[in-house]
Amino acid sequence: MDVDPQNPRWPDRDRMVLSKGHVCPIQYACLAAVGFFPESELDTLRKEGSKLQGHPSMTKCPGIDISTGSLGQGLACAAGMAMAAKMDRKDYKVFCVVGDGEAQEGEIWEAANTANKYHLDNLITFVDFNNLQLDGTCDEIMPNGDLGEKFRAFGWETIEIDGHSMEEIVAALDKCYASKNGKPKCIYGHTIKGKGVSFMENQCGWHGAAPNKEQYEQAMAELKAQLMD
Amino acid sequence: MSEKKMIATRDGFGKEIAELGKEDSNLVVVDIDIGKSCKTGEFRKALPDQYINVGIAEQNGAGFAAGLATCGKVPFVVTYAVFGSLRMCEMIRQEICYTNLNVKIACSHGGVTPANDGASHQSIEDMGVLRTIPNMTVIMPADYNSARKLVRQAAKTYGPMYLRFTRDAVPQIYDEDVEFTIGKAHQIQDGKDVAIIANGDTVRLAVDAAAELSKAGISARVLDMHTIKPLDAEAVTAAINDIGKLITVEDHNILNGLGSAVCEVAAEMGKGLVKRVGIQDQFGQSAPYERLLEMNGVTVENIVSIAKNIQ
Repeated sequence: MDVDPQNPRWPDRDRMVLSKGHVCPIQYACLAAVGFFPESELDTLRKEGSKLQGHPSMTKCPGIDISTGSLGQGLACAAGMAMAAKMDRKDYKVFCVVGDGEAQEGEIWEAANTANKYHLDNLITFVDFNNLQLDGTCDEIMPNGDLGEKFRAFGWETIEIDGHSMEEIVAALDKCYASKNGKPKCIYGHTIKGKGVSFMENQCGWHGAAPNKEQYEQAMAELKAQLMD
Repeated sequence: MSEKKMIATRDGFGKEIAELGKEDSNLVVVDIDIGKSCKTGEFRKALPDQYINVGIAEQNGAGFAAGLATCGKVPFVVTYAVFGSLRMCEMIRQEICYTNLNVKIACSHGGVTPANDGASHQSIEDMGVLRTIPNMTVIMPADYNSARKLVRQAAKTYGPMYLRFTRDAVPQIYDEDVEFTIGKAHQIQDGKDVAIIANGDTVRLAVDAAAELSKAGISARVLDMHTIKPLDAEAVTAAINDIGKLITVEDHNILNGLGSAVCEVAAEMGKGLVKRVGIQDQFGQSAPYERLLEMNGVTVENIVSIAKNIQ
C-alpha cells in the first residue's frame, strides 16, 4: 500500500477498510510496524484513552481510513472511497477485507452491486474464507455457498488463493493491479483460523478470546518453530 | 394564510441542491432510486458527474456516502424520511456519526405528509431517533424559502446532518430575504401570554393559531424551531422565563421530538408549563394529509383551545 505514516490523511494514499473490524489487533501491529504510531502503544489495546479501540476508530487512530466493527458495512464505505477516486481521476487503490461470516449481511451484496455498476476496478476486496463465525462454522450457522461464484454473478473479477501463501497473495495483487477491465476485484483466500497454533486451529472459541500466559507461551513457541523451518 | 403560495419544501431542496452542486464540484447527490420524488431531477440533469444512484439499497447508500466523505466529497443522501432515518439508522450511527463525517441525509416525505401512502411511508419517529445519536444535527424547515436557506447552510457547515422535507405543499411563510441559522430558533412574532414553538409543516399552524388568539386578546410568541438538535435552549429558556406557558407543535410523534426536547429544557429549569401537540404515539393510515393531522389534534383549533385553557 502506498501510504505515508507522517501524513496519514494524504489525499492520494491507498485506502484500507477492515470490514471485519474485530481482527484489528493485526492491523494495529502493521500500522505500528510502518510507523503510524510507536510500537510501545500496542500494549494499550482496548484500554481507556487508547488510540487502539476494541474495533478500529478513524477519529482516534492514525492510519485507520474509516471506523468499522459493525459487520457488513465496510464494503459500502470502501466502494464510496473507490468512487471518489474515479470521480477525481486519481489512481489510488482501495483495499477491503471482508469475512466469510460477514458476507451473510445483505449490505455486502448491495455494495457489490454498486461497485459493479460504477466499474470500480480500483477496489480490491479480500474475502477471508475460514468457514468460522462466532456461533460455529459458517456451514452450520448459515451456509455461504460458493462465495466466488456469488461475486462473479455480481460482475466482479475473482481470484481464488491459499490465503496463507504470501506468494499467491502477491501474484493475485499483481493480477488485480494489471487488470483495468472495469470490474471490481475479489481475492478470496482459503484460510485456517488460528493457523500455526495447534490448539487454536479451526476453533471458533478463539474468535474473541485472548490466550492465558501458558497458552501464549505455547503458541509463541509453536509459531517461532515454524518460522525457523 | 390561504392567499399564500403553496409549495412543498422538497421542491426547495431540489432547487437549492442543484444551485449548490454547480458551485461546488465536490458536492454529490447519492440517490436511492426515488430521486424523482425527492426532487433531485434538476441536479441529475445538470450535473451527471456529481450524481450517483445506488438503487434500492439504503444501507449501502449511507456507507457509500461515508466513504465518499472520507475523500473530501460532500454527499447528500436522498430518500424518504422513514427509510433515511430508520432503514439506514445503524449505518448513520456507525459510519457517519461515530466517524463525524460530512454527510447530509436529506429526506422528503417527513411526518404524515406521505398521507395516502399510508403508515408504512409516514415518518413519525425519525427526528427523535436521530437526535439521540451524538454528532448529528436534525433540521426541518417550515417552507420553501427557509428550506433553500437551510439546505445552503447545511452544505456549507461541516458535520453529519439530517434534513427533513414535506411531500405535500405548504404555504410560503417567509420572503426570500429572511435569514436562518442552524441551531437558532427563528422568532416569527413576539407575544407575552403563550409561546408556540413549532417546526416544519406545523409552523403555518402556529402562525394561524397566533392570529386567532390575538382576536381573543391573547398574544403569542411564535418560534420556528427548525433545528431540534442542537436545540436553541437559549430561546426555550427565554420563553419559559418571559412567558412560562409553552405549546410545542410538530408533525412527529410527541415522544422524543421537538416537544420532548423543549420539555427537557423546562424540566432542568424546574419551571414552565409545556403542552405538546403532535402525533399521538400511533400509526397513521391512508388518508388526506390534513385529516391525519386532525386525527392527532395537530390543528389550529386545538392549539388555540390549549392556549386559552392555560391562561
